Amino acid sequence: MNRALYIRRKLWNGLLLTLAVLAAIFGLVWLAFILGELFYNGFSSLTPAVFTQMTPAPGDKGGLANAILGSILMSSIAVAFGTPLGLLAGTYLAEYGRYGRLAFFVRFVNDILLSAPSIVTGLFVYELVVVNDPGSLSHIACTAAFGAHCPLGHFSAFAGALSLMVIVIPVVVRTTENMLLLVPNGLREAAAALGAPRSNIIRAVTWRAARAGIVTGVLLAVARISGETAPLIFTAFGNQFWSTDITQPMASLPKVIFDYAMGPYEDLHRLAWAGALLITATVLTLSIIARLLQPKRS
Amino acid sequence: MADTALCEQMLSIPDRAIAVRKGGARDTRFKLMTLGASLIVLGIFGGVMASLIVGSLPAIRQFGLPFVYTEAWNPVTEKFGALAPIYGTLVTSFVALLVAVPVGIGIAIFLTEICPRSLRRPVGIAIELLAGIPSIIYGMWGLFVFAPWFQEHVQTWIVDRVVGIPYLEDYLAGPPYGIGMFTAALILSIMILPFISAVTRDVFETVPAMLKEAAYGVGCTTWEVMWRVVLPFVRSGVVGGAMLALGRALGETMAVTFVIGNSHHIQKSLFAPATTISATIANEFTEAVGDLYLSSLIELGLILFVITFLVLAAAQLMLRALERRAGSGS
Repeated sequence: MNRALYIRRKLWNGLLLTLAVLAAIFGLVWLAFILGELFYNGFSSLTPAVFTQMTPAPGDKGGLANAILGSILMSSIAVAFGTPLGLLAGTYLAEYGRYGRLAFFVRFVNDILLSAPSIVTGLFVYELVVVNDPGSLSHIACTAAFGAHCPLGHFSAFAGALSLMVIVIPVVVRTTENMLLLVPNGLREAAAALGAPRSNIIRAVTWRAARAGIVTGVLLAVARISGETAPLIFTAFGNQFWSTDITQPMASLPKVIFDYAMGPYEDLHRLAWAGALLITATVLTLSIIARLLQPKRS
Repeated sequence: MADTALCEQMLSIPDRAIAVRKGGARDTRFKLMTLGASLIVLGIFGGVMASLIVGSLPAIRQFGLPFVYTEAWNPVTEKFGALAPIYGTLVTSFVALLVAVPVGIGIAIFLTEICPRSLRRPVGIAIELLAGIPSIIYGMWGLFVFAPWFQEHVQTWIVDRVVGIPYLEDYLAGPPYGIGMFTAALILSIMILPFISAVTRDVFETVPAMLKEAAYGVGCTTWEVMWRVVLPFVRSGVVGGAMLALGRALGETMAVTFVIGNSHHIQKSLFAPATTISATIANEFTEAVGDLYLSSLIELGLILFVITFLVLAAAQLMLRALERRAGSGS
């Protein structure tokens, strides 16, 4: 009787562990398949023209130069403004707020924003910037300050960068807080014992100790926004031409891929594959660098 | 540089009282700055909520509550109802979870228990890297590679065989387009798979080795250890991870928009074209003329935001509970 039970348990064990192995193979095969197809199509479509020519109209030849520029420009603006904000907010959570009610609330909201649908945060920027009514107070103030360069009331790279910034901030807040919490309290106490004011402790000791981790967070944020498409559809919109004016609509790689892949033209499909390869290569490179920088968890 | 400045300040100023006061003022300023940044995070959240509500006011006024349960979507007569996109969103996400959760847990078991030690790190890293690939890549692959293959080799075969079988016929029959609800769900599941396996593996690693060793010690098989000891211990973590993945799947735009077919008719068949909230917004936003059309799209966004908010909030509460328990060293 015991023997039968043992055999049954052993068989059951073998069966389910085999299923686990099959699950791993199943998952990895799909993913390998996707990457293989991407690299095959991407590399065969990658020509020098992709980097030197503008996005073509259907039927024409061209490249992705203006879209690459747009993506780099908008991502840079988003990171340049999103990082300091995220860093400060993360610092508040780890150093000042800690167990307070406000910190709990901010943490909760931040984690929601971290996984909230980007298409919805994009709609927020659309409502805030793009449809800004000419009669509204903010619009009048903005026109008074910038004249014809006021970015409110129409699609613009400014709106695109803002919608990407909304994605950057929660990522930086989360990693900053996590990394600051890894810094041993002994370091803070040692600095405090020397008589350093708290703001100096944070800037000269804890930030410095957590620097690698914080940089990792920023890199992950860049990786996250470099493939972000949904919010750009109704903020930066798109542009056929080379443009560096952030108050005007601007092309971006993901948006161009979206448009070209959805269209019926074979040439444009090839460009979309090339763009997809560029984005994936960027994301993978950033993630690998981030991984190398990441401090070992205790 | 900052630290030498600090030293000079500490050593060379004879009047300590001044230094302390200065430091105190700077402290307050810095604290207020960090506090301000935190409030901006809250402000963004409030702004998203407020702008969605303001933007959807015209549609709310026009259609009221029936918006949520009407199927009509007619830009010409300006009759809009959100039932088809809501239905599509829920069904695709649910099917995606149904596929991805068991497979994801399987991968996590493989990584923590079965995989040879030398392979563990590379496979784990590969999965984490794949979790970062932008969703538009999955969508493109779905449209150009998966959908045609699925249409030609799988769908026609299934459709041919289910004719005449009750129930199955209703849910699987129909013209084989390749694109549709099922394809979208499958691509979603592939996309959230790395995410679920990474979270599950992480929570598996919070199980104290002592517990597992004790179970092995009384003669449990690997499966029994996993099923009776590890999984019950991390249940809330796995559920939380699955809910986070659900939150992603619900709001996912690009992986779905390419392959869902954008049809506002609810059909029984899983293979039929459908639409989701995010796909509707992405597809129709640029061609939305008229305030009511635009406002209806924004109300769709509001509905999506509320649904994902509830799911993500639940996920967070579960993961927090697990964290607390792991932190208290039980």
